[in-house]
Amino acid sequence: MDTYYHPKDLPKFAEMSEGAPELAEKFFDYYSAVFAEGELTQREKSLIALAVAHAVQCPYCIDAYTQDCLEKGSNVNEMTEAIHVATAIRGGASLVHGVQMRNIADKISL
Amino acid sequence: MKQLHAVNNLCSNLYQVPNLETFRNNLANHGIDLTRKKCTTLQVNVGQLCNQSCRHCHLDAGPLRKEIMNENTASEVIKLAGRFRFEMIDITGGAPEMNPHITTLVSKLAPLTNTLILRSNLTAIAAEKQNGLLELLAGKRVAIIASLPSLNEAQSESQRGENTFAPSIRALRKLNALGYGLPDSDLELNLVCNPTGAFLPSSQEQVEKRFRQMLARKWGILFNNLYVFANVPLGRFLTWLEDSDNLESYILKLAAHFNPCTLEGLMCRSLISVSWDGYLFDCDFNQSLQLYMGNRRKHVSELQSLPGPGDTIAVSEHCYTCTAGSGFT
Repeated sequence: MDTYYHPKDLPKFAEMSEGAPELAEKFFDYYSAVFAEGELTQREKSLIALAVAHAVQCPYCIDAYTQDCLEKGSNVNEMTEAIHVATAIRGGASLVHGVQMRNIADKISL
Repeated sequence: MKQLHAVNNLCSNLYQVPNLETFRNNLANHGIDLTRKKCTTLQVNVGQLCNQSCRHCHLDAGPLRKEIMNENTASEVIKLAGRFRFEMIDITGGAPEMNPHITTLVSKLAPLTNTLILRSNLTAIAAEKQNGLLELLAGKRVAIIASLPSLNEAQSESQRGENTFAPSIRALRKLNALGYGLPDSDLELNLVCNPTGAFLPSSQEQVEKRFRQMLARKWGILFNNLYVFANVPLGRFLTWLEDSDNLESYILKLAAHFNPCTLEGLMCRSLISVSWDGYLFDCDFNQSLQLYMGNRRKHVSELQSLPGPGDTIAVSEHCYTCTAGSGFT
């Protein structure tokens, strides 16, 4: 194995049903339902998925949802903005914890 | 470059891609015999001259192409339309507007069919030199099918070339001003949306809904219907797929999305396609491969009877495009 991630592994996702088929069926049914058209369009959901894929840094998801976003009619500018949303939340999550640092520092400092 | 122009070049499959089942074998595996139904549509390709060089064009159409339907061939096409009654006649190119005989074709074909369609790239139809063409089209109640791949300028122009988006929007507004695409008007304006790369189109219903909202909101543009088509791996698009190393994954993706439900409505089952020089094909895409109707090079002037139910259709692996997902209209 020369790398942990290989693009050809992505289509093998469904093989995860082997070993625990009932759980996999529940998961994949849920997954399909989540991405169906609802109050949000499929295009909007795909943009959210792309942003989350970057937040969780999943190469499989980035590959899959880059293609899916394009197929759903999004353009690269919209996709880039979506990633900035994930970046802002991820960075903001770090920064806001600075409040804890300040609280602790205040408590133990003269 | 591996660009493929003739059927003689075929190996096991058109694209020489490992693990790609030939289209013919795939049909056999599904127990499908793809044959013709009643022929109801005449498609006329009036030439490969175009003012644009779109990167997804299956015919390599562009400003330097010399293959243009001449007066004699146009006359033979008009005679054909007089000999047989076609429910629909579909004029395409290149940019049909640039053929010097386009006004004759439109004027003489319109009375011979229920629906005359002109496929337009939008920038040619609204060009200054086309003075009077729009009014003729409106007067003859010619339906217009116009290409608009994206609502985003950069994405649209990545497919259709620089400085094409704003003129396309202007052309759509001009068509609306003539009555095209308006509610209660009999002037039909339909849009075609091809993906801007090596990926499949989205749901037609969802794209149409979004285009309808956005075109109206941003530019006040109205239209009747929107169709999504996958790009056919032929011509300039095939060259790009090869050069960008996308061919294998793209054709395998098309094949993986093979949907037998599309077969009933395939246009090749009810259409004959005439090339710029008057030869007959089962569809416009087959022109790119010189894949003749009935596997015989036959001129429009020789056609004594239309192909009918049960007749064979010339197919190859590019046909996976029209059978992927929800298919080609």
